[in-house]
Amino acid sequence: MKPLALLFTLSVGVLLLAASLDLPDWSDPASPASSHVSPYYIQESLNQTSVPNLVSSVLADYRSYDTMFETVVIFCAGITVLTILRRTFRSKDKYILPRPEREDADIILQSAVRLLVPVMQVFALYVIAHGHHSPGGGFQGGVILGASFILLSIAYDLKTVLKRFKENSILFLSAVGVLIYAGIGIICLFLGRNFLAYGAWAKLLGITEQEAHSHGMLGVEIGVAITVMVIMFSLYADLSSSGDLDEGL
Amino acid sequence: MNWDASSLWQFNVLLLIMLFILAIAAISIKDLVASAVIFGAYSFIMCLLWTAMLAVDVAFTEAAVGAGVSTVLVLGTALHIKRKSKD
Amino acid sequence: MDDLLLFIISKYNYWVAIILLLIGLYGMISKNNLLKKVISMAIFQSAIFLFYISIGTKQHATIPIIEHGHNGYGADHAVIDVANYANPLPHVLMLTAIVVGVATLGVALAVIQKINQVHDTIEEDEILRNMEE
Repeated sequence: MKPLALLFTLSVGVLLLAASLDLPDWSDPASPASSHVSPYYIQESLNQTSVPNLVSSVLADYRSYDTMFETVVIFCAGITVLTILRRTFRSKDKYILPRPEREDADIILQSAVRLLVPVMQVFALYVIAHGHHSPGGGFQGGVILGASFILLSIAYDLKTVLKRFKENSILFLSAVGVLIYAGIGIICLFLGRNFLAYGAWAKLLGITEQEAHSHGMLGVEIGVAITVMVIMFSLYADLSSSGDLDEGL
Repeated sequence: MNWDASSLWQFNVLLLIMLFILAIAAISIKDLVASAVIFGAYSFIMCLLWTAMLAVDVAFTEAAVGAGVSTVLVLGTALHIKRKSKD
Repeated sequence: MDDLLLFIISKYNYWVAIILLLIGLYGMISKNNLLKKVISMAIFQSAIFLFYISIGTKQHATIPIIEHGHNGYGADHAVIDVANYANPLPHVLMLTAIVVGVATLGVALAVIQKINQVHDTIEEDEILRNMEE
């Protein structure tokens, strides 16, 4: 217990508690947060985009520009970790942790993971594709896809996974995800609409404007999912091996 | 179908008490690996609380990210540094 | 007595967020270990998420997915009542913030590992002593 830190924390707490008295009551339907722009989203989303999940439609359509740069932030974070940690040479005085021999690794764990990983990946694809109608979307599906690779590299070895999923293709795919997102927006620009106004796709695909919004959202969510998947796996690969990409946890 | 704040209050209070205990434990325990695992449990309790607050998408993300990936990342770092913390 | 209970029920979500935020803040200020500081920062962050999500709830509402909305759009479904659905906007903001949060957590952990490689410790006072020498 440090008295100065405690004093500072408590004084911040008193200020925040005093401020909380002026905030609206909890779960009040007429609170300021729920009364300006959000009623518009709730009422118009189904008519304008034909997507029942309001979170998906606000995320990938009304606030699409925001989400695009969130994806860019994730991409940048992945590149930053790579730049900070990645070493292509082995340092001689590296502190090596005592590890179990991988030859007699746990066969029960490995068999279970072998069965589990395809199920996880199919579920992740379902989460991405069905994100318009049920909870889910590109971020969640991408994280589950990334977690399936992380699980595989915990149960086996980081090298076994990196043999199938090379570092070059990780870097390539992380850029491809952002490019899919931006590309869908730029094609709208060429079709005579604003950036990321998916209604422009209606003529190209021969569907109504509402369905075009829904399909455009699916496209950008796929882009988000690809970037998030590879960045999550690359964060794990770099952090668990201190940038050597040899053994992992 | 419709949710009422009063019908779930025992469940909410239980979750909140666990949340405080886990948050204090995560920053006060000396073993960093234990701290990482407790932080994962904290994230999962938070995810349950958000489900009760009608934010299913956010709860789904927190279950996958907070309780899953970020725990593994902190664990991966904790195993590469000295495991005992001084405070 | 009833008034007091009503007052507590109408504000306690803010107090929960504030207490968690203070736990995180205290950890960030007082802990000596850098990994502990990062975990405290994540707790601080999740307190802010909790604050936003609690703003989005509405009494007697359900999750923000339109019921029977998958049958298609147009006039054939009933008029949507705004009071029936929770506010989706804070959910969207926090959903992206969580995923960006884990990416920035990764950057922080990478910096910690780099500091550990250089100074061979992540205790703040030992790092400061190393730098003075």
